[in-house]
Amino acid sequence: MAEVSCRKIVKHYDGGVQAVKGIDLEIADREFVVLVGPSGCGKSTTLRMIAGLEEITEGEIWIGGDVVNDVPPRDRDIAMVFQNYALYPHMSVFDNMAFGLKLRKFPRDEIKRRVDEAARILDIGMLLDRKPRALSGGQRQRVAMGRAIVRNPKVFLFDEPLSNLDAKLRVQMRTEIKKVHQTVRTTTVYVTHDQVEAMTLADRVVVMNHGVIEQVGSPQDLYHNPTTRFVAGFIGSPAMNFLPVRVQDDSNGGLIVRVTDQIVLPVPPARVDRYTKYNGREMVLGLRPEHLFDYHESGRPGHARVDLLVDVVEPMGMETMVHFFIGHDPVCARVDPATRAEPGEMLALAADLNQMHLMEPDSGRVV
Amino acid sequence: MSSTTAVADAVPHARRKHNSLHRQRAWALWGSYIALGVFVVIFLVPPFYTLMTSLKSSAEMSAQQGNPWIVHHPTFENFWYLITYPNFQTYYLNSVMITIVVVAVSITIAVLAAFSLSRMGFWGSQTLATGVFLTYLIPASLLFLPLFRIIGWLGLINNIWCLAILYPTLAVPFCTWIMIGYFSSIPKELDEAALIDGAGYLQMLWRIFIPVAMPGIIAATIFAFTVSWGAFLYPLAYLYTANQMVLTVGIISDLIRGDVFLWGKIMAAVVLASLPPILIYAFLMDYYVAGLTAGATKG
Repeated sequence: MAEVSCRKIVKHYDGGVQAVKGIDLEIADREFVVLVGPSGCGKSTTLRMIAGLEEITEGEIWIGGDVVNDVPPRDRDIAMVFQNYALYPHMSVFDNMAFGLKLRKFPRDEIKRRVDEAARILDIGMLLDRKPRALSGGQRQRVAMGRAIVRNPKVFLFDEPLSNLDAKLRVQMRTEIKKVHQTVRTTTVYVTHDQVEAMTLADRVVVMNHGVIEQVGSPQDLYHNPTTRFVAGFIGSPAMNFLPVRVQDDSNGGLIVRVTDQIVLPVPPARVDRYTKYNGREMVLGLRPEHLFDYHESGRPGHARVDLLVDVVEPMGMETMVHFFIGHDPVCARVDPATRAEPGEMLALAADLNQMHLMEPDSGRVV
Repeated sequence: MSSTTAVADAVPHARRKHNSLHRQRAWALWGSYIALGVFVVIFLVPPFYTLMTSLKSSAEMSAQQGNPWIVHHPTFENFWYLITYPNFQTYYLNSVMITIVVVAVSITIAVLAAFSLSRMGFWGSQTLATGVFLTYLIPASLLFLPLFRIIGWLGLINNIWCLAILYPTLAVPFCTWIMIGYFSSIPKELDEAALIDGAGYLQMLWRIFIPVAMPGIIAATIFAFTVSWGAFLYPLAYLYTANQMVLTVGIISDLIRGDVFLWGKIMAAVVLASLPPILIYAFLMDYYVAGLTAGATKG
């Protein structure tokens, strides 16, 4: 077990590409941290630098209290699970899992004990004699995890381990990974581009974009209190709605956000002080689809009625996603499946403005 | 009504399309059979004639009666002559010995070179890999004069072991090129997994790359074997006494005596010389399991 610390790490590639632009990140012992972001945001590069598979251009990486910048991967006491499994195709499952231990000259009994234990945790005991080609995708990924577990390393590194699995298996394996972490409690750094994976697995999520960290926080914190428009848009599915608005006074001494001449939303009194200094400015309103729902006469304080022309209806069983346009901006609402919504008809919605976010258009900072 | 008509129209259309596909496939098959038939004739007729001639006695050959493609009185006298002929035994032994050494040397160099060029990613590795391929493009007939100077300088003219230096110059570049291709097809995550598991580069090569790239190594081995077993120019240029000769040159220098061609014995020698390549191909092809990497990564 160990803590991992990235201190101002930078990665330049030949040709002037700067993949990581000075990252500071402290990962506590036994913590499960997920690096998430779009392709090219530097998350995999960061993980590979922690693994020792990429040289660090600047900065320091500490594992378990030691600087490991110049330590080769085999001496970092880490284990890594790859997106495409990277199993040794000519070896049996047992030999795949035992390979690292054999190289480290562990006694034969100890190797068998550890492999059997990992196989028990991952429920792959009956596969130990098979070759990787005789396994399904999910089984291969379990073996790859088994290979990591048997080493009992200081840190687990996962590089998009579920991306190659189909949707159903991905959900199943996600639970498996969480269960394994709850059992072995090894410090884990996990990279994914799937925000649902990040939210469901992580103790803390690190959202990255263009080689920098946008925000670090617990899944709930990132969801409810994003600090930038990027994070607000990246976390949550379907993504948050963004609308250009103007903040204005209303006649009662409060504030309103004017979306269009027809759509004017009152800012809840609790937020008026926070937004007063933006009075008269063009801002961006952020509202998640789940905060735009069926209108009821008996709505709660902070709920405002909006009538919109339905564009597309997506029934999903437990809920229905309804898409609209306000001007040229797409808007999505999550409504009750019993709601009758037809394309081309008006639908009355309630916007829960207690959950609204207001952002500066240029910087994208949430105010 | 209109929808019924549309369905009725669609059915013959589909059948037409199916028939046209069937016709196209039939034409493609006929083309393939004809092309393959021509190839079979071109490639198999000479070995067939060689085998027939090797089974004929000198009397039957000189009689020039009947169909020359058929043996009327098969005999093993040519084979027996060669098997008990000391010079032929020497040529055979020399060929076997030199081929084993050349294959071992060439494959060792090629595997090490290909591994470092394709996986270790050092500065200039790409240029070097291209250089290796360009070396292969230089014809042997251009190289043998400068090589003659080198072999002479080493004092190895008319010494069988000069071939252990000469043949790898032909085999190593192509074998390296084959191996670079195979090693490059192995997912890089396999090296990374091995590095993290604690392997050094030599362990990675020995325990991961060589077993996984075995089909490539076998292909390279077959190539190196063929080069060494069948080379003619170098032994002709560098060796001139019977005790140093290999099969290719020994057969023609010993069994063509002035203007007398011992055709039966020459052909029997060719048949005997062809046995090792046939055995090697048959044996190694069994191990040439395509898609050995299946299961390593998502397929």
